[in-house]
Amino acid sequence: MIKAILIFNNHGKPRLSKFYEHYNEDTEQQIIRETFHLVSKRDENVCNFLEGGMLIGGSDYKLIYRHYATLYFVFCVDSSESELGILDLIQVKVFVETLDKCFENVCELDLIFHVDKVHNILAEMVMGGMVLETNMNEIITQVDAQNKMEKSEAGIAGAPARAVSAVKNMNLPEMPRNINIGDISIKVPNLPSFK
Amino acid sequence: MALKIVKGSIDRMFDKNLQDLVRGIRNHKEDEAKYISTCIDEIKQELKQDNIAVKANAVCKLTYLQMLGYDVSWAAFNIVEVMSSSKFTYKRIGYLAASQCFHESTDVIMLTTNQIRKDLSSPNQYDTGVALTGLSCFVTPDLARDLANDIMTLMSHTKPYIRKKAVLIMYKVFLKYPESLRPAFPRLKEKLEDPDPGVQSAAVNVICELARRNPKNYLSLAPLFFKLMTSSTNNWVLIKIIKLFGALTPLEPRLGKKLIEPLTNLIHSTSAMSLLYECVNTVIAVLISLSSGMPNHSASIQLCVQKLRILIEDSDQNLKYLGLLAMSKILKTHPKSVQSHKDLILQCLDDKDESIRLRALDLLYGMVSKKNLMEIVKKLMLHVDKAEGTTYRDELLTKIIDICSQSNYQYITNFEWYISILVELTRLEGTRHGHLIASQMLDVAIRVRAIRVFAVAQMATLLDNAHLLTGNMQRMGICEVLYAAAWICGEFSEHLENPMQTLEAMLRPKVATLPGHIQAVYVQNAAKLFATVLKNQEGNTDSTAAQETSQLMIDRLPLFVQSANLEVQERASCILQLVKYIQKLQQKDVEVAEEVCALFAGELNPVAPKAQKKVPVPEGLDLDAWINEPPSESESEDEQPKAIFAKEEPKHSRPRHTEVDEKELARRREARKQEQANNPFYIKASPSSQKAYQEAPGVEHIPVVQIDLSVPLKVPDIAVFRPAGLPMSDQYVKLEEERRQKERADKKKKEKKKRKEKRSGRGRKHDSGPESEEDITPAHMVDIVTEEMPENALPSDDDDKDPNDPHKALDIDLDKPLADSEKLPVRAHRAAEAPKSPAEDGEAENAASQEPKKKSSKEKREKKKDKDRDRKKSKEEKKKKKHKHEEKGEDLLGGQADEPVVQSEETNEVAALPTSTSAEVSDLDFWLSNAPVPSNTQEAATVAEAAPVPEAASGTAPDSEPEEPKDTEMEETKSSKHKKKKQKKEKEEKEKKKKKKHHHHHHHSDGGGEESVQNGTVEEEEPLPPMSNYCLLAENSYIKMMMEDADEVYDIQGNLQDGSQVVVSVIFENKCDSFLKSMEFNVLDSLNSKLQRPEGSGPHDGLTVPFQLPPGVSNEARFVFTVQSIVMPQKLKGTLTFIVKNEDSSTHEKLDFKLHFTCTSYLITTPCYSDAFAKLLESGDLKCSSVRLEGVIMPFHHLLARICFHHHFSVVERIDSCASMYSRSIQGHHVCLLVKTSGQTVSIDAKCDEPTLLGNVLDEIKQTFSQC
Repeated sequence: MIKAILIFNNHGKPRLSKFYEHYNEDTEQQIIRETFHLVSKRDENVCNFLEGGMLIGGSDYKLIYRHYATLYFVFCVDSSESELGILDLIQVKVFVETLDKCFENVCELDLIFHVDKVHNILAEMVMGGMVLETNMNEIITQVDAQNKMEKSEAGIAGAPARAVSAVKNMNLPEMPRNINIGDISIKVPNLPSFK
Repeated sequence: MALKIVKGSIDRMFDKNLQDLVRGIRNHKEDEAKYISTCIDEIKQELKQDNIAVKANAVCKLTYLQMLGYDVSWAAFNIVEVMSSSKFTYKRIGYLAASQCFHESTDVIMLTTNQIRKDLSSPNQYDTGVALTGLSCFVTPDLARDLANDIMTLMSHTKPYIRKKAVLIMYKVFLKYPESLRPAFPRLKEKLEDPDPGVQSAAVNVICELARRNPKNYLSLAPLFFKLMTSSTNNWVLIKIIKLFGALTPLEPRLGKKLIEPLTNLIHSTSAMSLLYECVNTVIAVLISLSSGMPNHSASIQLCVQKLRILIEDSDQNLKYLGLLAMSKILKTHPKSVQSHKDLILQCLDDKDESIRLRALDLLYGMVSKKNLMEIVKKLMLHVDKAEGTTYRDELLTKIIDICSQSNYQYITNFEWYISILVELTRLEGTRHGHLIASQMLDVAIRVRAIRVFAVAQMATLLDNAHLLTGNMQRMGICEVLYAAAWICGEFSEHLENPMQTLEAMLRPKVATLPGHIQAVYVQNAAKLFATVLKNQEGNTDSTAAQETSQLMIDRLPLFVQSANLEVQERASCILQLVKYIQKLQQKDVEVAEEVCALFAGELNPVAPKAQKKVPVPEGLDLDAWINEPPSESESEDEQPKAIFAKEEPKHSRPRHTEVDEKELARRREARKQEQANNPFYIKASPSSQKAYQEAPGVEHIPVVQIDLSVPLKVPDIAVFRPAGLPMSDQYVKLEEERRQKERADKKKKEKKKRKEKRSGRGRKHDSGPESEEDITPAHMVDIVTEEMPENALPSDDDDKDPNDPHKALDIDLDKPLADSEKLPVRAHRAAEAPKSPAEDGEAENAASQEPKKKSSKEKREKKKDKDRDRKKSKEEKKKKKHKHEEKGEDLLGGQADEPVVQSEETNEVAALPTSTSAEVSDLDFWLSNAPVPSNTQEAATVAEAAPVPEAASGTAPDSEPEEPKDTEMEETKSSKHKKKKQKKEKEEKEKKKKKKHHHHHHHSDGGGEESVQNGTVEEEEPLPPMSNYCLLAENSYIKMMMEDADEVYDIQGNLQDGSQVVVSVIFENKCDSFLKSMEFNVLDSLNSKLQRPEGSGPHDGLTVPFQLPPGVSNEARFVFTVQSIVMPQKLKGTLTFIVKNEDSSTHEKLDFKLHFTCTSYLITTPCYSDAFAKLLESGDLKCSSVRLEGVIMPFHHLLARICFHHHFSVVERIDSCASMYSRSIQGHHVCLLVKTSGQTVSIDAKCDEPTLLGNVLDEIKQTFSQC
């Protein structure tokens, strides 16, 4: 079982938090902080597994994380999950690459402004703490179909709203949008931090 | 109206949406909280509006704020409103918000039940999907109970997208509502074989999750999983299954034996590291479960260890970490094979990655022996010195202690060395584990008698240098060791060389800065020491020395009497008065030492940790009963706990004050000043206090070291008890080595002697054990005092499981048939969704998928079914009553024993049947009993396929009754397996044909050669998934016959020299509303194939079908054919004759049919591994042939699955769009395929040692694909 999925940036700002077990808001924030604390002090080239994190789980639980450019992706899982499997799930096969496909070269900004979409993508991949689908294409198909539905529901009435939000988005600070986090080797050196 | 909408949307576009909110927060970095609180106010306004779009937008923003840590539970009702919007967009927002912030105590959840139910049955699959996803996060016991039935229905939804979600969520439902597990389980099991890989994966996921907690209930699924393991190509599923096997093997070692081979092969063949790793892990689990009895697994262990070594040596830190993790599992049972990699593991200790170092430490734990303990610990001590960061150092410290103390100090040969290691550890800066070191010191000193002299000496030194431990506040954790030191010195004071010095050390004013509980021990043990000192001094006839000692006590103790700690104060004042009394006696020249010593006489032995728990409660003692009636409430109010401290303190001290004379007071003042002087936190008033401290009586000769806090504390003490240069423990290492050498020399000498007197020598040698390391005798007579247990302690050692574990409730026997009462609660007023038995749902689904054209008028069908079910039910009940004498309660087999099949076809079977208690268990036993014969593993795989159908997996279970779908679980699964073409008419009969091996029922155990294959087949099959294995044989207005072509194939090479048997099972379905009886099944034998008839009957006699069919009932019968040659497909003509009996008349009817034995029905799915496959191809005995298929539009894996299913092949290897496949005929022909696809063209190159067979098989494959 996956107990929690967290995404936060290099400063510990949460970008997505999904807990598959109930905690109150304060505990959740504390878990995020503690996890960030544990994960951020690790070097780049050490292993991606971490025991401890007393707040969540206990000895049966592991933190499995990956670090891309400005973001940490952390899965808290118990012993029924395969460590390498989850690592693959984060990157090689599924999560990050799906995000990459859905957002076209995903970067932190996408996650900041579209956390709801990220949730929707995640929901097609993991459900209630169990892995639902590992096939990226299947996930993308379902996400696209739902987005299409959303669009058709908005119809004409949605058009002005879309126009306004497009105008609003023009004011966005110019951010490098070419950080392909699917590929770790490409790192933009002077990336501004999004605090 | 339209205008209003447009206006609304224009208004809305200036509302703040999520993006605006995020942007706003980012622009208000300084006053974020303030900004957010204004936003929340806005949101509250928005939520008050009627427009659902505005509400949804507000809820969306709330979800974001929730992530930032803001409590949004106040909006729960609004979230429910948004959830119930008819638009998917808003619904999704609502469910997302709910999944993020709803939980069991959210009270509005109970309002959602109907909304969720509505969404679950929505025609839009994404509405359903979103509802399921949301529900998975906030399902409560109530929701689970109310919705379980709806979700279960969804498990058979036509869309795989819904199916997989429904399957997955069932786990959550089980957790919240355990009663649902048994009714839902059959269908869940069925989903393991769902044609959609996603659904299959979800089912595997759920069952693995269930089985992990209560593995024993899922053992019976092992054959099914085994089959999945050998057939699945999805690594994710494979990993899950393999992990599950890891949990099952400890319960069933035979399973392990069966697993070893396929797992080893997977290890060799897979390229996926994750899969390889899990295989290794499970092999390890198997090896652990087999640790005794199977001698031939050293190869497997070696393989594992070798693979793990590769992982550990990998540059990828993740693999290194996992390698070490797995290695530590092997270590438990096969320490020897790991020990040879000590170098590697020690190397990992130097890794820069802390996680890896910790794992390596774990491994060291198991690698120590008497021989290398000192060396390893020495290395660890070096690491301790080097380690930066207290967590890792603390970890090292605990590991050192763990390693040394494991299994009762088994590996320690020299306790002096160990004590010195412990003493060295006390010098660690900032460790939290002072307590651990202290308890080790106590433990060793108490339990190893011989070491006490040494320990006491060391502890005395430690006490003498206590300031080094306590000086730095950072090191407060370590001062715990003083607790141990003081106690040891006091308790074993007779071993002290200079007790007087230690006594003084213990009464130093600085002691007062220690934590209270340590002071208390100091005071108490000072008294013990005092007794010892008195005893020594009185022996010397020098009474003044003894009186001086008393005076010392009287001088120092008042410091403790003033302590704020109650315990210290009480003990100190007690002892002070005692000493004063002693002093009085001494002044009268009375010998008191003897009596003082008597105060502390007797030995304290260690008590086992669970001793208290194990004292049985004496009979007649009720621990819960009141001893005294509890005081009334008004009384208890008077007792204010706070007052105890405030009032008591003066009470205690006042009487003492009156006694204290002037001199005392002055002394006490002095003492206080000293204390202040020594307290680094006390701000000194003037230099005079320092002076006073210097002048204080009795203090000068105590070597007080002024502590400069800025200086690291390692330095000064070492000289005190360390010979120059070497750390102390090293000294012991050297000594120990010398000792061992000497010992060895001695031993040699002795051995020589022994050779002369051989007899006695042998006896001794035996004692010392065969291993060389055992020869190292401990330096001392190690007398480890065992822990005391209370008399009549209870032997049970069960550490209670957590009673709150939600999985405990799921420990349910799943093999027991369902009772009538076990049904999921269903809402009564909704006719359309009226209760259905799971089996019928399954049928509905199967029917729908089998004949998609007839999808229409779904509801009608359902209603019909309901009626039908009711009818059936009443019939069942009647039937049950009738057969009650034969049925054993709910016992499945008992229930089946009344089947006519059994009586007629194989009469001997009946005798064999009732002996087995449960079909599934015996299936499993049977499956497992094949294990020792290696060639049978493949057969097992095929047996597994048939496992859910009890009678298929093992001959012990006879036909069951498909017409009682609700009676037992297994029947449910089975009946839904039969792809009944149900919707046409209610009254149908089914018949199934299966082949049986007669001998098998006589000797359960000789079934080693049995194989069964569940066969997909035949041309008239509906080709789209789900693939079914029944085809229509013949049908008329009375009866329908469906045949499962060569349902099971028994390879009976062992029994018959000249041929093979094929079992065909036929389902007979009564379609009319008359009674069918006296059915006779006859086939015109050909030269090649013959129907097996009972002995004594002629070659043209028919076989009586061993049952009668009431209206609407179906049943299956199996017929055995002997086949000579299998290279050609065969068609056999046959006739079924039967009597139709109405109330007033009866007619004789007949039905002609043709049995079609395809060549593929002679093939057995046999796994083959790439190396064996390559050899086979190289051998050159195989003839080649190929075929080309055009216009195949299906994914490659579907294509493969189809070939596997219909033609009994297994995939050997698959690379991109190319796969090699293998199968074997019942007569041992090898058939190899190479399947390649490009675009819509599929080319199949095939090799076989029998060209005719090959040609026919290829034709059949071609035919299969031409139909889709």
